[in-house]
Amino acid sequence: MHPFILERPRDLEAALALRAQAGRNDAPVEYIAGGTDMVQLLQEYARRPERLVSLAGLLDNRIEVGPQGLRLGGGATMAEVAAHPGVIEQFPVISEALLESASPQVRNQATMGGNLLQRTRCPYFRDVGYEACNKRAPGSGCAAIGGENRWHAVLGTSDNCIAAHPSDLAVALVALDAEVEIRGVGGQRTVPLADLHRLPGDTPHFETILEPGEVITAITVPANPAARRSHYLKVRDRASFEFAVVSAAGAIEMDGSRIRQARVALGGVGTKPWRVPQVEAALAGASLDSTALQQAAALAAEGAQGRGHNDFKIELMQRAIVRAVETAARA
Amino acid sequence: MTTAIIGKPLSRVDGRQKVTGQATYAAEFDQPNQAYAAVVRSTVAAGRIASIETAESEQAPGIIAVLTHHNAPKLAYAPHKGFTDPVVGERLHVLQDDRVNHQGQPVALVVADTLEQAGHAATLVRVTYAPETGTTDVTRVEPVLPTQQKTDQGSTQPPETRRGDHEKALAGAEVNVDETYVIPRENHNPIEMHATIAAWEGDHLTLWDKSQWVHGVADEIGAVFGIPAENIHVVSPFVGGAFGSALRTWPHVTLAALGARAAGRPVKLMLSRREMYYGVGYRPHTVQRVALGASRDGRLTAILHDGYEETSNYEEFSEALLSASQFLHSCPNVFTRHRIAPMNVHTPTYMRAPGEASGVFALEAAMDELAVALNIDPVELRLRNEPEQDEFKNLPFSSRSTRECYRLAAGRFGWDRRSPEPRSMRDGRLLIGWGMATATYPMNFAPASAMARLLPDGTAEVASAASDMGPGTWTSMTQVAAEALGLPIEQVKFSLGDSRLPKTPPHGGSMTMASVGSAVQAACRKAREDALARGGANDLAAAMRRIGQAVEATADSAPGDASKRFSMHSFGAVFTEVAVDPDLGETRVRRIVGAYGAGRIVNPKTARSQCVGGMIGGIGMALMEHSIVDARNGRVPNANFAEYAVPVHADAPPVMDVIFAEEHDPHVNPLGVKGLGEIAMVGVAPAITNAIFHATGKRIRELPVTPDKLL
Repeated sequence: MHPFILERPRDLEAALALRAQAGRNDAPVEYIAGGTDMVQLLQEYARRPERLVSLAGLLDNRIEVGPQGLRLGGGATMAEVAAHPGVIEQFPVISEALLESASPQVRNQATMGGNLLQRTRCPYFRDVGYEACNKRAPGSGCAAIGGENRWHAVLGTSDNCIAAHPSDLAVALVALDAEVEIRGVGGQRTVPLADLHRLPGDTPHFETILEPGEVITAITVPANPAARRSHYLKVRDRASFEFAVVSAAGAIEMDGSRIRQARVALGGVGTKPWRVPQVEAALAGASLDSTALQQAAALAAEGAQGRGHNDFKIELMQRAIVRAVETAARA
Repeated sequence: MTTAIIGKPLSRVDGRQKVTGQATYAAEFDQPNQAYAAVVRSTVAAGRIASIETAESEQAPGIIAVLTHHNAPKLAYAPHKGFTDPVVGERLHVLQDDRVNHQGQPVALVVADTLEQAGHAATLVRVTYAPETGTTDVTRVEPVLPTQQKTDQGSTQPPETRRGDHEKALAGAEVNVDETYVIPRENHNPIEMHATIAAWEGDHLTLWDKSQWVHGVADEIGAVFGIPAENIHVVSPFVGGAFGSALRTWPHVTLAALGARAAGRPVKLMLSRREMYYGVGYRPHTVQRVALGASRDGRLTAILHDGYEETSNYEEFSEALLSASQFLHSCPNVFTRHRIAPMNVHTPTYMRAPGEASGVFALEAAMDELAVALNIDPVELRLRNEPEQDEFKNLPFSSRSTRECYRLAAGRFGWDRRSPEPRSMRDGRLLIGWGMATATYPMNFAPASAMARLLPDGTAEVASAASDMGPGTWTSMTQVAAEALGLPIEQVKFSLGDSRLPKTPPHGGSMTMASVGSAVQAACRKAREDALARGGANDLAAAMRRIGQAVEATADSAPGDASKRFSMHSFGAVFTEVAVDPDLGETRVRRIVGAYGAGRIVNPKTARSQCVGGMIGGIGMALMEHSIVDARNGRVPNANFAEYAVPVHADAPPVMDVIFAEEHDPHVNPLGVKGLGEIAMVGVAPAITNAIFHATGKRIRELPVTPDKLL
């Protein structure tokens, strides 16, 4: 890896100040929290910071479940959140999404904030042997388009980037209207998780709306009767320790035999965690029969664009929605 | 006095060392004053190096040397063909000229005080290329017949074999199957990455290296540097998995030695996981057409097996892709044709069950298709075509337990409860499928030597240069030695993995117990007889006390003429149960039962472990493993453990039954063993894809069977 200085500031304020001096993207100063993704990027030379600012011990790691909903400190680990009784009981889709992610060793180390901000698994982004990657080297092109793109997104893509967002947690959270608390040198703000990540458009190297130096300090999830009946479904080539080929988060509130409200989001198919409000609208008031579910799920394909190897995801994601909703409803 | 130690399910003698971290692997032999090397690798598949700028790299902190083809010493590269090298072609020469033959080819070597400094400085070497249009798309390359050549080291695969008239028989067959099967490139992916520490003392070189063949390393590096192999000491006591990747001596070993010479210090070179996909071989992409003809009552009348595989454009790698089709099933008209597809890739190599794992997949998938076409049970079809002898060599089998393997494995599996119709078995919404396949692998036996030394205190030291990449060689050889010496196992210390020990063949091809085991047995018997004679006693302990000094014996093993009189192979049968989610396309293997006739089983515990490993490897081959080659430029985008999926614990089925058919084969070798490492991998992938057909009615002929193929 490139040589860097590891900064271990005494408090968050000092950390924010250190990072804020640097620019927005490909910054010479980067944060590291759990490090499960950052260390890979450093080892592969995909990131080359001059200074690495450690957030270890500086972030809130509390997990609170109350009448208002759920609050997760940005420094809480995946393992802690997945095993929290309140999360398991009231927000099963979050616990399931975490347990379907990575391995126990990674989950012990990785944090909530880091999970949301992990970089894409697009192999062309991570292999610096490829010159073309608009995320890594803006304007250099996209090696995935016209290349091997079974891993890539079919929703939210542009002619400049088709990289899929890798987080399972974010898919579950976006389905439940989560918000993120952000702190920077200028103070604190709260934004919907749905707005945290940007579409690639012409600037795929700008992945989030975070300003230089800003840190995710907490994630909040409002109380919602649908959250209790929720399920995370992940389809992949092997049984564990693999990013999603396609995934679906479903949360359902029933009214007798009909769906009162549904929350549905997709993973593995979008350039960001992909909520499908048109599917949710079609599910509201629907019964659980398979035709109704399939008709609603088909709406997810609106605007989807395959690039060859990933064409199958357009069909598979609809089936994943049906299964996730069915399973959630039975819970 | 004979104590029965062979055949006991003993735990590994080195198990405690391994699980407590005491076992020392190649990269862990740190030397005083050691420097570190990093490799700069090409980012084009074909062309020439137009320019290479090292000034910036040389000025980076801690840099000792930056070697390129401009300043690297011209190496001897004396003609040399090791047992595991392709017979035709010439190895890649590193840093000798500006030619680029494949992606990831070493173009510079950076040596520095620390690993971090070396890695960083490697990124500061600026290389520009004059690229040429290379051949990197395996679907567009025209396969050609390989060069026919025989050498002392081995022979190429025969381009064509035939008996009878397959064309006439296929045209006249009552029932035909004619399909093409594709297996993509797979990498060995051992957990331990390849690593070498090189240290020179004058013109003597010590290499701590990950190797399945320490003498192969000494011979090769001796030829490359133009020094006697005796000057090279190779140490490799523990190998963290290899599956064939450490059979050859790859360019990085030369680079480590070059770096150490340039630095005047010991140098460590360890490959990254990504580098493991660019220079230590792989199982080549294969395309195989199999055409079967049969009578309506299920007798094979014709087999055509026409296959080709990728290789580099500087070496013709070939493996026994088609050999099983020549003798596994009885058939009067058989034609095989073997071709190669030379490309701008690095040379593939042997990977667990080389040839057979791929070739038997195609053959046994086609047999399943024939069983369906005939509406005959797949086991029954094979029983109807059970040969009385090897019809290719016209020799009797030294032993062949296929019938017994079918009976044992089918019985344990409960095959008679199978409902033959596809999609007829379910578990809730999941489709259940049962499939089977036959397995075979040749009994290999090559000359080996061993030494046994009895000590006055009644203990013994036994040694041979073999390797233990995981199967349990340490343990099984200790058992063979203890039994031959008539000593308890605790009193025998076995050593391996050092080129100063007696010579062995490569630790591959399932030949180690036949070859090295026979030598160990002979050396131990000789030492015991010598001691008893010299000590004038019937009791070894008393004899050794009386002699009062060490008694040493060495012995060689070599195959006799049995291969002229017998066809010698292991055989087996593999049965699997899969569950397929019909909506989501996910396949999970629920049960595997394998029965093997593999001669004498020296240690049933490590043998079972071998077979379980082979089964899991077969799951990887069938369902997930695939080194994806970017057709545009030959890079492997998924060259890491996140995107190249190997099976994890959760993929290992809850039921993996291993049954050994009892075999007493006096012909194969003195120990009566046939080897087990390879056959355990053969037959698993076709048994799984045959089960997937049974579950879904979908015949997937291109591996791996990922969810998208079953939607």
